[in-house]
Amino acid sequence: MSDVHISGVGLHPFGRFDGVSGTELGVTAVRAALVDAGVAVHDVRAAFCGTAYGGVAAGHRVLGALAGTGIPIYDIEAGCASGGAALQLGAASIASGQYDRVLVLGLEKMPKGIIRSSYFAPWQEAAGFSPAPAYFALRAQRLLAETGLTVDHLAQVVVKNRRHGAANPDAMFTRAVTPDEVLSSRMICPPLTLFMLCSPNEGAAAVVLERDGGGGAVRLAGISLRSHLPGSVLGEDSPLCGIDDSTVTPPTRLAADDAFSTAGLGPEDVDVVECQDTDAARELLVWSELGLCAPGEQARILADGDASLGGARPVNPSGGLLSKGEPLGASALGQVVELVRQLRGEAGARQVVGAEVGLAHVIGRGANACVTLLVR
Amino acid sequence: MAVPAIEPSVIRLDDDGVTLLGGWSPSSGLRHFPRAPVCPFTGADDVEALDLPRTGTVWLNTTVTVAPPGYRGPVPYGFGVVELDGDPLLRVLSRLAGAGVAPGARVRLGAEELPGPDGEPCLTWAFHT
Repeated sequence: MSDVHISGVGLHPFGRFDGVSGTELGVTAVRAALVDAGVAVHDVRAAFCGTAYGGVAAGHRVLGALAGTGIPIYDIEAGCASGGAALQLGAASIASGQYDRVLVLGLEKMPKGIIRSSYFAPWQEAAGFSPAPAYFALRAQRLLAETGLTVDHLAQVVVKNRRHGAANPDAMFTRAVTPDEVLSSRMICPPLTLFMLCSPNEGAAAVVLERDGGGGAVRLAGISLRSHLPGSVLGEDSPLCGIDDSTVTPPTRLAADDAFSTAGLGPEDVDVVECQDTDAARELLVWSELGLCAPGEQARILADGDASLGGARPVNPSGGLLSKGEPLGASALGQVVELVRQLRGEAGARQVVGAEVGLAHVIGRGANACVTLLVR
Repeated sequence: MAVPAIEPSVIRLDDDGVTLLGGWSPSSGLRHFPRAPVCPFTGADDVEALDLPRTGTVWLNTTVTVAPPGYRGPVPYGFGVVELDGDPLLRVLSRLAGAGVAPGARVRLGAEELPGPDGEPCLTWAFHT
């Protein structure tokens, strides 16, 4: 793709902020990103806002609060990949030559507990077909059955990410946990316990995209958003039925193949990863779907610490969604903010030394998967 | 008055009990559930009505221990994927009940009464060991 650079990033921490509106969360993130880029809101030619629960014209409300309206403002919903979809469209608008500088933001303010989604018809909710953790659990059961991974490996993912999150002041949970704590926390849907599931919460993130990167700007080398192919009963599109899907390529793989192809890179080039750890099993599944490891190799990677800070290729140095929580519209851009800080060498205690290539990945409702490749 | 089906386009209740209302496409050769305007796997538009088998085998299962939003029935409840008998392979999501629910267990379709979307009793489907 033509050059697209990230010249500024900003974040409102992820967590719970009673009395703070979603718009205020967004304003905080946007102002930080503008300051970081060294531009004013009036220097931005368009804005792309990802949110799933932010309501009508959420992006307009944020830009309105900053006296930044008048430009085109796009409000985009794609479930957990909403921020990725906004980033993909923003990047395309730069690459096409339509704009030379745009703002991409994501915001969310969600209640505690199992997410309520208009994705399901009222009768499906009443019949008990709507609990997202149950779908995650079934996919986890399949992963364990097919790979020989165990609940102990799931616990190790949580321990890793929560240890990373303890060094991230913007995370919701900043206390490291032990395997016993993970395994003995409340059982939600076997094999997934409470600590193995991320918490829907609140937060915002923003980035400024430009065609011409100034000094230190990170290049957006590839980005792809893909949805599911038909066939899987366990796809995040949550159909009521499926057929033998062992040969159906998952959307994460589709998006990764696209993004790597665009960037002229391969999984072996990636130094640091932020991936969707909606639940602990999802992270392990995603490692293989992204091509970071062979199916079944996850146990060795966990044992060797390859995916931990200090390891060969750290995954979720921010602590992941298991530490940060998941504000749907903000989560993908939160990953990008983390990776930009990593590639700039600004990640402090959780810095991945010498990182030059970062990969961000989200997947969610509708089976939208987004993979983003960033290069220093 | 008889308790109604929770969604009459998805299941039928009659003297034989509950039936899953599926479809199949002669050109794709695939079965699906619930019946859709086109084959959900290939897009073929030659879908015919098909009453699906009432027996199958559990492929995957879990237990829901926390009531999701919009659900007023009891917790915990079993939930999983059943491979219906017959060819070609068709996997359906279902509530699961009975002792010994686990991958490989043989199960049979039955009805289960739950509060519907408006709180009034409705019948949905569940596979039982």
